[in-house]
Amino acid sequence: MKQLLGVINLDHELDHLNELTYFRCGAAVPFASRYRLIDFVLSNMMRADLESVGLFVRRKYRSLMDHLGDGKSWDMNRKHGGLFILPPDWNDPTDTSLGDLQHFHNNLDFFKRASAKYIVHSGSQHINTIDFQELYSYHLEKGADVTLVYKKIDHLEPEHDPCLRLEVDEDGNVLNIHHEKNHPNIYMDMFIMEKELFLEQVEYCIAHGESFFFRDAIQKRRDKLKIAAFEYTGYHAVINSVASYYKNSMKLLDQEEYTSLFHDNQVQTKIKYEAPTRYLESANVSNSLVANGCIIAGTVENSVIFRGVQIRKGARVVNSVIMQKCVIEEDAVIENVILDKDVQLSRERILVGDSKRPFVIAKSSKM
Amino acid sequence: MKKKEMVAMLLAGGQGKRLKGLTKSIAKPAVYFGGTYRIIDFPLSNCTNSGIDTVGVLTQYEPLVLSSYIGIGSDWDLNRKNGGVFVLPPHEREDGSNWYRGTADAIYRNLKFVDQFDPEHVLILSGDHIYKMNYNTMLEYHLERKADCTISVIDVPLEEASRFGILNTEEDYKIYEFEEKPAKPKSTLASMGVYIFKWDVLRRALLDDGEESDSSHDFGKDIIPTLLSKGKSLYAYPFEGYWRDVGTVTSLWEANMDLLSDNPPLNLNDPSWRIFTRNPNQPAQYVAPGAKVSGSLINEGSIVRGEVRHSVLFYGVEIGEGSVITDSVIMPKVKIGKNVRIHRAIISENTVIEDYMEIGTDREDGDEILLIDNRSKKRKSIPANTISS
Repeated sequence: MKQLLGVINLDHELDHLNELTYFRCGAAVPFASRYRLIDFVLSNMMRADLESVGLFVRRKYRSLMDHLGDGKSWDMNRKHGGLFILPPDWNDPTDTSLGDLQHFHNNLDFFKRASAKYIVHSGSQHINTIDFQELYSYHLEKGADVTLVYKKIDHLEPEHDPCLRLEVDEDGNVLNIHHEKNHPNIYMDMFIMEKELFLEQVEYCIAHGESFFFRDAIQKRRDKLKIAAFEYTGYHAVINSVASYYKNSMKLLDQEEYTSLFHDNQVQTKIKYEAPTRYLESANVSNSLVANGCIIAGTVENSVIFRGVQIRKGARVVNSVIMQKCVIEEDAVIENVILDKDVQLSRERILVGDSKRPFVIAKSSKM
Repeated sequence: MKKKEMVAMLLAGGQGKRLKGLTKSIAKPAVYFGGTYRIIDFPLSNCTNSGIDTVGVLTQYEPLVLSSYIGIGSDWDLNRKNGGVFVLPPHEREDGSNWYRGTADAIYRNLKFVDQFDPEHVLILSGDHIYKMNYNTMLEYHLERKADCTISVIDVPLEEASRFGILNTEEDYKIYEFEEKPAKPKSTLASMGVYIFKWDVLRRALLDDGEESDSSHDFGKDIIPTLLSKGKSLYAYPFEGYWRDVGTVTSLWEANMDLLSDNPPLNLNDPSWRIFTRNPNQPAQYVAPGAKVSGSLINEGSIVRGEVRHSVLFYGVEIGEGSVITDSVIMPKVKIGKNVRIHRAIISENTVIEDYMEIGTDREDGDEILLIDNRSKKRKSIPANTISS
């Protein structure tokens, strides 16, 4: 789909995942046993065969860049186009722009060089399996200036609070964009519009001293634009807090959730070469997701286990998320805990968090 | 091309008839092993880990899967500007076209390939063994002895020695005799099919052998005995470690089972010697409530709802509720229904096993391992009423 240019905008995303985002941005947080949050949007863009994808990052992007490499894992290491990682770079002393508008302004060449006529914008906090080609056809069909993507949520949860809401009429036009907590139509931080119009809006907003594209170019100027709404109905999770991270990790243990995220959509990630997981004679595992390279001799219940984790004999892991290469020594017990990468838990240690507020143990801790 | 110290030539053309249905449409080195690998991953990863960056892979029988699997070699870090991996099928030349007539002939027909790298030494490998070996250590041994040829050997039990090519050596491992599958073996040093030759010596020998109309053009039968008779200096390199020829259904099954003990003789989890493979990129495996898994090796993309004991599951395998899998190897994307019993079997890729099937449950240790695919007729259904929860 050469008509679409991907824009992944992490500029305005706040890193609210406590210990998990001390040293990495939200998009680089590991999720679902072997992925990072960024993998889902990149895989969606890969499936739509976009010519180029620009990734606007602002802070703590070392681990993100390490993960993305040259984009090969998402088939984005191309002779023409592919993945462009665009960190902030302010060189122009006369530049008066601010916020993500400044970021777009400083990378105008990226937009201008691409042959695509439309841009599709997304963040990394809404995990979904959207088909961008379907969104594109819908956008053309509606003849809109911009089409916003939303999900109607039956049971609103605290993680939805920071999200904008869309008032939508019967014909799929956006009537209003606001912040009313009880409105069910969650804006997924995702839109599609013509590139020329996008750049015009960027210039206009900068000229008028504005700083955030969505707020200033779309939300505030909605009367000047024909805004359509696209209802997305597939798998959806918002990860913007430790509570939402933990809850959505646990939800994946539900087979319907697992299937709706993975069944028809291969999600790509940085390739590691781990052996299959070894379950020793004493292993006792149930209702869990387990990545490769693990050696399990203990008990694991209702947990999400990342690659290369070792759970020794007599250890018990319940309702927990254990990231890459952690070692749980003999007879240790953990319950309602999130262990970041490389944590070592010594023998007979007991860590029990609350199911609503799990303990988070920072990367590389030795306990 | 820059001069190379050593180039590897991997013999991957074998049909592997004794693997029956497993090699119906793929070459033996492409057969699955160990939950995620194919046999050829072992020699290829050994090359990468030994710092050998130039590998010719000689294909012949059913090369499609094998050559597309190898691709440009990036999975083994063999996509190099100077060197890398090259798939070398038989080809037509001015003097006619022929299939590779033997192991030595395959190298003989690719002299130009090797010559362009102008190597000092050539490493000959076969694509049908499971082992981890540092070929660089073997090269040092070869250099220390100023050998013309060094052959890697493993000590095998005397009663099995007649299945192998046996090397008879002096005390310092200098070879004086090579016997292919001797009825009365004089030693227990079996050739592992891993050779390092000085390229100029091998080149001369291949040119001479190529002219011989009554030669079978085989390393073991022709090249090695000829070099010995010419007084060349050949040494055996004793290898200690896990090595397994997986040429039959039973030996393939046994080598898979070897991975399942708590301290397996072949460690696949060693970060300093990874076995690289093409990653099928599957989501994490899911072990359902009520499932039981023990003493097993399970790959990503699998969903286990039943019981798995002492078995190997490849990626994308689904096992239904109430099913019990023991002592078996389940290859990729096999779907197993509910209340199925499988014992001592290899289930071939993409096979679908219906609910209430019973496979191999009446088999004892020592019986040949069952190989099941979608064409197999050897299944029987368990009457539903005999299943207790």
